Amino acid sequence: MIRARSLQIAAAVIALSAVAACGDKPQELNAAGVKSDAPAYQGSTQGQFVQSGWQPGDRSSWEQQLKARAAYGQNEYTRIR
Amino acid sequence: MARMKFICDAERCIECNGCVTACKNEHEVPWGVNRRRVVTLNDGVPGEKSISVACMHCSDAPCMAVCPVNCFYRTDEGVVLHDKDVCIGCGYCSYACPFGAPQFPGQGTFGVRGKMDKCTFCAGGPEASGSQAEFVKYGRNRLAEGKLPACAEMCSTKALLAGDSDTLSDIFRNRVLQRGKGAEVWGWGTAYGSAQGARS
Repeated sequence: MIRARSLQIAAAVIALSAVAACGDKPQELNAAGVKSDAPAYQGSTQGQFVQSGWQPGDRSSWEQQLKARAAYGQNEYTRIR
Repeated sequence: MARMKFICDAERCIECNGCVTACKNEHEVPWGVNRRRVVTLNDGVPGEKSISVACMHCSDAPCMAVCPVNCFYRTDEGVVLHDKDVCIGCGYCSYACPFGAPQFPGQGTFGVRGKMDKCTFCAGGPEASGSQAEFVKYGRNRLAEGKLPACAEMCSTKALLAGDSDTLSDIFRNRVLQRGKGAEVWGWGTAYGSAQGARS
């Protein structure tokens, strides 16, 4: 009787230890995962603040917009000569 | 598109802290957190130099290398951003960063160290661009609006430049060729009485 009971307990312990890892969170690097980020050229949901002169979703027009803005806004030599 | 970078022209920076103010205002950064600050060398001595410092969005960012939860990521334009939902506020990035860019809110009775906050190059974070959730956590997303970082665009002397590194290189190269460098810089004698390094 005692032997059968101890066998049952042992079996329960083994079964529990076998499934213990199932509740464990993944530990590998980047497990939490950075949420995907939309590229800046896709534009903003706040349309009223978006600078005109480029097309949201068009990467090349966005790049040209930033280059033109940098060249005009930050290079005064283009304006005084 | 190359890489988004900041560069600060120490010959032009006048320590007005306009960039700091622009950043604080644009992103509504809380008290005690400074994403950008102005550092002055030899303060009060003729010839002092000031430079505006924030996250430099390193190409091989040490903060990314040491983060134990890998909360950092880099955009296609080379902007180093992080996910505050993943950040555990351990502070490793703060020790690794040579510029002191990572900031931690110190509010609370025991000075709790919350989620890390840093310059985003006005590119927001993982939340939807322009959303309220993004603004609350990371501030405005000006890049998605077709604009450049507020600190650089507000700089009165155009000491602080931001944008595509190729464009910045062209601007800076042209500037140095026009005005010279060091003692050649126009205005030095006016400000300090004699040209820097001039023999009397």
